[in-house]
Amino acid sequence: MDMKKIMIVGAASAIAKEVAILFAKEGASLYLVDINQGRLEAVEGDILARYDTKIKLDVLNVLDFERHEPVFKRAIEALNGLDAVLIAHGTLANQEETQQDIEKIIREFNINCVSVITLASLAANYFEKKKEGLIAVISSVAGDRGRMSNYIYGSAKGGVTTFLQGLRNRMAHSNVTVITIKPGMVDTPMTAHLPKSPLFSKPKDIGKIIYKAMLSKKDVVYAPGYWRLIMWVVVHIPEFIFKKLKM
Amino acid sequence: MNQKQNILNKYESWGRFPRSEPREVVNLFWRNEIPDLNQFSSSVLAYAYGKSYGDSCQNDGGILLDTKGLSRLISWDRKKGIIRCESGVTLAEILDFAVPQGWFLASTPGTKYISVGGALANDVHGKNHHKNGTFGCHVIKFELIRSNGERLICSEDENYELFCATIGGLGLTGLITWVEFKLQPCPSSFFAIESIKFDSLEEFFEINEESEVFDYTVSWVDTTATGSKLGRGIYNRGNHANPKLYKLPDLPKPKQIPLPIEAPFINSCTVNVFNMLYYNKQMNKVEKQIVHYDPFFYPLDAVVGWNRAYGKNGFIQYQFVVPFERGKETIQKILRKVSDSGMSSFLTVLKTFGYVKSPGMLSFPRPGITMAVDFRYDGQQVLDKLKELDVLVREAGGVIYPAKDSRMSSDDFQRFYPNWKEFSEFIDPKFSSSFWRRVTKS
Ligand SMILES: Cc1cc2nc3c(=O)[nH]c(=O)nc-3n(C[C@H](O)[C@H](O)[C@H](O)COP(=O)(O)OP(=O)(O)OC[C@H]3O[C@@H](n4cnc5c(N)ncnc54)[C@H](O)[C@@H]3O)c2cc1C
Ligand SMILES: NC(=O)c1ccc[n+]([C@@H]2O[C@H](COP(=O)([O-])OP(=O)(O)OC[C@H]3O[C@@H](n4cnc5c(N)ncnc54)[C@H](OP(=O)(O)O)[C@@H]3O)[C@@H](O)[C@H]2O)c1
Repeated sequence: MDMKKIMIVGAASAIAKEVAILFAKEGASLYLVDINQGRLEAVEGDILARYDTKIKLDVLNVLDFERHEPVFKRAIEALNGLDAVLIAHGTLANQEETQQDIEKIIREFNINCVSVITLASLAANYFEKKKEGLIAVISSVAGDRGRMSNYIYGSAKGGVTTFLQGLRNRMAHSNVTVITIKPGMVDTPMTAHLPKSPLFSKPKDIGKIIYKAMLSKKDVVYAPGYWRLIMWVVVHIPEFIFKKLKM
Repeated sequence: MNQKQNILNKYESWGRFPRSEPREVVNLFWRNEIPDLNQFSSSVLAYAYGKSYGDSCQNDGGILLDTKGLSRLISWDRKKGIIRCESGVTLAEILDFAVPQGWFLASTPGTKYISVGGALANDVHGKNHHKNGTFGCHVIKFELIRSNGERLICSEDENYELFCATIGGLGLTGLITWVEFKLQPCPSSFFAIESIKFDSLEEFFEINEESEVFDYTVSWVDTTATGSKLGRGIYNRGNHANPKLYKLPDLPKPKQIPLPIEAPFINSCTVNVFNMLYYNKQMNKVEKQIVHYDPFFYPLDAVVGWNRAYGKNGFIQYQFVVPFERGKETIQKILRKVSDSGMSSFLTVLKTFGYVKSPGMLSFPRPGITMAVDFRYDGQQVLDKLKELDVLVREAGGVIYPAKDSRMSSDDFQRFYPNWKEFSEFIDPKFSSSFWRRVTKS
């Protein structure tokens, strides 16, 4: 399948922008969705300065669930069909503040889990009819095991990961690819407040991994690959020990 | 150490001397969402990659505006080679983008991991200064945000005085959000270079004279050589390699070795060995090669974090320029002082600046001969010895480069840059740096 028409939600994210640039290089048309018009325009400018391609912008706060479908329809109309959808938006709220505030918990879950599920479902229903297509979603290694320092974000990502397992199973029967991307720590605005260690990756490198995974239709990718090993260890620590750690 | 402390500690200068710590760091990501700078209780200063050696990129106790997130391109005219990009874009990114399309930086320093904003604010120079002048000579326009909220376009036609004050203005005139500048055509990613061994300063000057026709020239000098060997070194010169004239090799795979540990590898013993090996590595008098731009322009970039090899006290780079008339004599005296005192320098670079004038008001490059010497900082004695070099530079009518400086006296600065008062009128009242406070205190 050729990926010539791509919709990206959370397109102003540092990671997604890098993926968009790589697809633009191949001449793909892009439908870029994010919450802020000005930021979308800055990203559009960056891509167009590099490659001459067709780009449409659409502003969406993913918390406006009733707007998901209209945005999706507009994307299909604007690009005259879609070959792939990448879902990349997200927020990393302060765990300690969030755990004290029910409204914040719901909000974080709605952004990082529920809205991802609804958007991916719209894409799935569309591609299922076409009997082809690709859905790539940025989840996180944080979803592999809950930790005290970020388990609200982590469990939302964990929900996404489990949802995508099921969706992949369903879509496999309709020739539709579903990719779960699990980045480790990436140096982006989301992590600007954290001290950087050598384990942090550059958005450009993660973008390249995502792009390649989409071309080769992977199922689950850790980005970079060594996180698979790290998370294997983390997941295999017995619970009675794990619960005593401060992670 | 708490998280915040941990982050603040990362905002070092390249020489890591003197140590300083901002009160707070504000990360900028979007050029149209720059926060109101007047809301901050203390002074602010832009900080990009901290590749300035001294305290010109430091604002001890104040606020740093981290510009690395301003990393997008804005427009590109492939026919004319004119690029407009946000100020945190690195020269490395520009090269990655432009070289395959036949365009090269019109001026580049010895590292590509610096920002366009930093290149403008220090009006940096490279191996082709004698032909192309400084980075600022190729800047067409930029946007400057002042603390009163004004967003000013500065160019030859608009806000010309601020244009000149900001080029080489040490980040003091406001925050640059984007820059538009011209690249130069290049026929390939490769350079045809020649390395020539010279035995003395006399010979350096002879080779230099006949080399002005080359686009790029720079020399390495062995500061550990004494007596009759004083002033020996290797002269490098080159031009863009045209594929019609040369058979070009395949593009090399970029290689970088990280040097994550902080250990005092660089000491007088290793410096002696390195300099000796480096000089003797080249067997013949003249060697010709076709090399990629990375090893030619950016050999030091191959080892990430090499500055840490000086150990926790850091190091000082001393770069000055002296007019041609007193050039040979002054360099000779300085070389002798350096080698006599035993404060050998790991990497010493010699180059002539040409006559192309930059619009920059406070720019460092001017016609003459420039030398850059590295010294490990191991206490007051280095500072004392550098004061002796200051006397020689002063006597010869030379000046010291602020981007590399962490110790020149305010008297010297004010003598070297007599228009500093005139320049001060363009400083944004909210902006300041450790460097500026140091060199303007009376
Ligand atoms: C290995 C090495 C080789 C070098 N070789 C050379 C050389 O050959 N020639 C040469 O001239 N220099 C050379 N340098 C010095 C270096 O090029 C300059 O110090 C350069 O300015 C560093 O840029 P930076 O992006 O790291 O900026 P920083 O060091 O972080 O900041 C430099 C200055 O720019 C200001 N600034 C940065 N961004 C902005 C902005 N957006 N708005 C306003 N002000 C801003 C800062 O306030 C500060 O005053 C070298 C440095 C290294 C480490
Ligand atoms: N950075 C990491 O270490 C890391 C690790 C693992 C996974 N991830 C995941 O990678 C993805 C990309 O993140 P990033 O690191 O590139 O961070 P980022 O640059 O902050 O990107 C997140 C994007 O999501 C957008 N967004 C937030 N809330 C939204 C909403 N309600 N509606 C629509 N868009 C919204 C943001 O817009 P605004 O900025 O305008 O609010 C932003 O463009 C996220 O899913 C993140 O969870 C990141």
